[in-house]
Amino acid sequence: MTITRNRRVALGAMATLLAASLTACTGGDGGGGGGGSEGASAEEIEAALEEGGSITYWTWTPQAEKQIEEFEKAYPNVDVSLVDTVGAGEGNTKLQNAIAAGDGVPDVVQIEYQSIPQFQLQGQLTDLTAYGFDELESLYTASTWGSVSQNGGIWGLPQDSGPMALFYNQEVFDEVGVEVPTTWDEYIQVARAIKEDDPDRCLANDSGDPGFTTSMIWQAGGTPFQNDGETVTIDLADEGTSRFAEMYQPLIDEELICQLPGWSDEWYQALGDGTIASVALGAWMPGILEDGVPDGMGTWRVAPMPTYDGTPTNAENGGSTESIPEAAENKLLAAGFLKWLNSSDESIQAFMETGGFPATVEHLESEEFLGYESEYFGGQKINEVLGAAAADVNEGWQYLPWQSYANSIFSDTAGQAWLDKSSLLDGLAAWQEENVSYGTDQGFTVNG
Amino acid sequence: MPPVPGRRPPSLRVSAAGWSFVTPFLVVFTLMIITPLVYSMYLSLFRNQLMGGTTFAGFANYVTAFSDPKLWDGAGRVGLFLLVQVPIMLSLALIAALAIDSGRLHGKSFFRVALFLPYAVPGVVAVLMWGFMYDDRLGLTASLNDLVGFALVDPYTKKWILTAIGNIVTWEFVGYNMLILYSALKTVPNEIYEAAAIDGANQFRIVRSIKLPAVRGALVIATIFSILGSFQLFNEPNILKEIQPALISSYYTPNIYAYNLTFVGNQVSYAATVAIVMGLITAVLAYVVQLRGTRRDA
Repeated sequence: MTITRNRRVALGAMATLLAASLTACTGGDGGGGGGGSEGASAEEIEAALEEGGSITYWTWTPQAEKQIEEFEKAYPNVDVSLVDTVGAGEGNTKLQNAIAAGDGVPDVVQIEYQSIPQFQLQGQLTDLTAYGFDELESLYTASTWGSVSQNGGIWGLPQDSGPMALFYNQEVFDEVGVEVPTTWDEYIQVARAIKEDDPDRCLANDSGDPGFTTSMIWQAGGTPFQNDGETVTIDLADEGTSRFAEMYQPLIDEELICQLPGWSDEWYQALGDGTIASVALGAWMPGILEDGVPDGMGTWRVAPMPTYDGTPTNAENGGSTESIPEAAENKLLAAGFLKWLNSSDESIQAFMETGGFPATVEHLESEEFLGYESEYFGGQKINEVLGAAAADVNEGWQYLPWQSYANSIFSDTAGQAWLDKSSLLDGLAAWQEENVSYGTDQGFTVNG
Repeated sequence: MPPVPGRRPPSLRVSAAGWSFVTPFLVVFTLMIITPLVYSMYLSLFRNQLMGGTTFAGFANYVTAFSDPKLWDGAGRVGLFLLVQVPIMLSLALIAALAIDSGRLHGKSFFRVALFLPYAVPGVVAVLMWGFMYDDRLGLTASLNDLVGFALVDPYTKKWILTAIGNIVTWEFVGYNMLILYSALKTVPNEIYEAAAIDGANQFRIVRSIKLPAVRGALVIATIFSILGSFQLFNEPNILKEIQPALISSYYTPNIYAYNLTFVGNQVSYAATVAIVMGLITAVLAYVVQLRGTRRDA
């Protein structure tokens, strides 16, 4: 509590105010569009790439550097400057500020699928239909294309997808003497067995993560959020949601999962030393394990997600698109780069070589991809499992148009269940209530 | 014509010199203090919606703010924090300052530096460090509880988390406040102590009648800084939130609330309102402390 601290906080507050003021400045032309002659044909885009210029690309994907290298080889006249946005949350904030400031807006930007509506509804993304991108639909899996094309436009090209799978530590399973669970009932039994064997170990970790929870609801067949752009329906007590919550409650009540937030140093450490024996996350996880948990080399395996009744069912977890902001300066060149980035074979090969999980059907089904034997996974053909996982993703899922905000208040409401061992369904009901009131405030017609 | 004797109007040159001294300050002050302040007042009169954009709303945000349970929950929390943590921290700082000033302490400069050192640790690092020590599986808390055989301390619970934050803040800023108070003590001329000794005053009498009155002004300043710091509590809970998301709500302190509204909730205008309301409360409190603290006969 000193001058310096106050100053630091004051600076933060001032930045807030500044961002606030800038939003107000530019608030008026949010939906204005970028002038008359929007769009271009494939030939015009190709010509622009040959002619060259420079663009800025914001991303947090570790594969970007390699991809840009390949791109600049193919189009030596184009200069792409890469900005690392660290992660999805920081990327959103950064983009929001740049758009509000009307300055330094990137030409191409990575956005999580779930965050598209929050930018799109405010008219901040370019509809790529005008650039002929609707013709690319057949290249991508149905669920990823569904995420980028909504509310009557195409707001990005899918980069990757994250069908869920169960990644587990074979060594720990062998030590405890348990088999890979194929149903959630078995999953709970395995969790109990591991806890009994060593109270410091857990089958999984979770301290109330909204992204994980929504994916789990999706996997259980729930569709708690429906929106058509103006009308939003929220039902966090539908059949699928209840099925998930009832299954998950004993894991919380019996303290079978470690309360350890993901992505922390302790988490990586726990994944490496066997404290956490499995994670149920998106198909991008192998890259994360290889990169962040080198100690786990040879001990990890992947299996399909446990089911509720034996019928394979799955959900997406994470995954993102690259989009072109409405305020981008060099849209034509950006469109060229984007198209190359997420649809050309060179780029997607480079993406896959460095552990990325693509969204393009051709690559997901290629012999080379499916036959790949991962050394990290003890020679397992992991993509056979993950490719099949992609095919089982339940259709009809939608996120809220304000999913980032909804996620930010998740721990105030539903997250309390993890802390108090209280009812998860009650927590989800409280989350619903908060979201109904926020959505109504934001001008939506909300049923819930 | 002879010059008129008596008062002259200040020459243009003198007043220009004056302005040239003041201008750099005024420019920075206007740019960094007045402008954002006026801007946020302006902003607070609007309403942001995902559907419908930004519209004029008059004083509607202020009406909402005054009956917003989340805002008052956060404000109540920092108020409680202020009432408990600040007196503890300032008492510790005062005791430390008096001890170092007493001249009876061996290794005086060591203690001075050691107490001040936490302040030199960047706030984020300090919180990460404490956040790790509080961990009941790997951290110091775990070792301590293992030693006594039961859960003696459990910082990551609803009951203790605010205390745990208070502990971090106290650790960070005792040394700084000690230095403010110590420097005030250093300004007391030696003759006064000599006179007191001749009058037969003992050490406690000297503390009560000379030293405490001498640090009074400094104490008022330190209190005001601490009030500002308490009401703007942000860093510590915001970093701990990453470790314990369910323990620290999105409106745990008014600053966290405003931050979340702005950067995630698309409610810049309402966040500006929250900032102004909290700013007013803080200003009034600081003013009251200053008035009371500087009253001659208090």
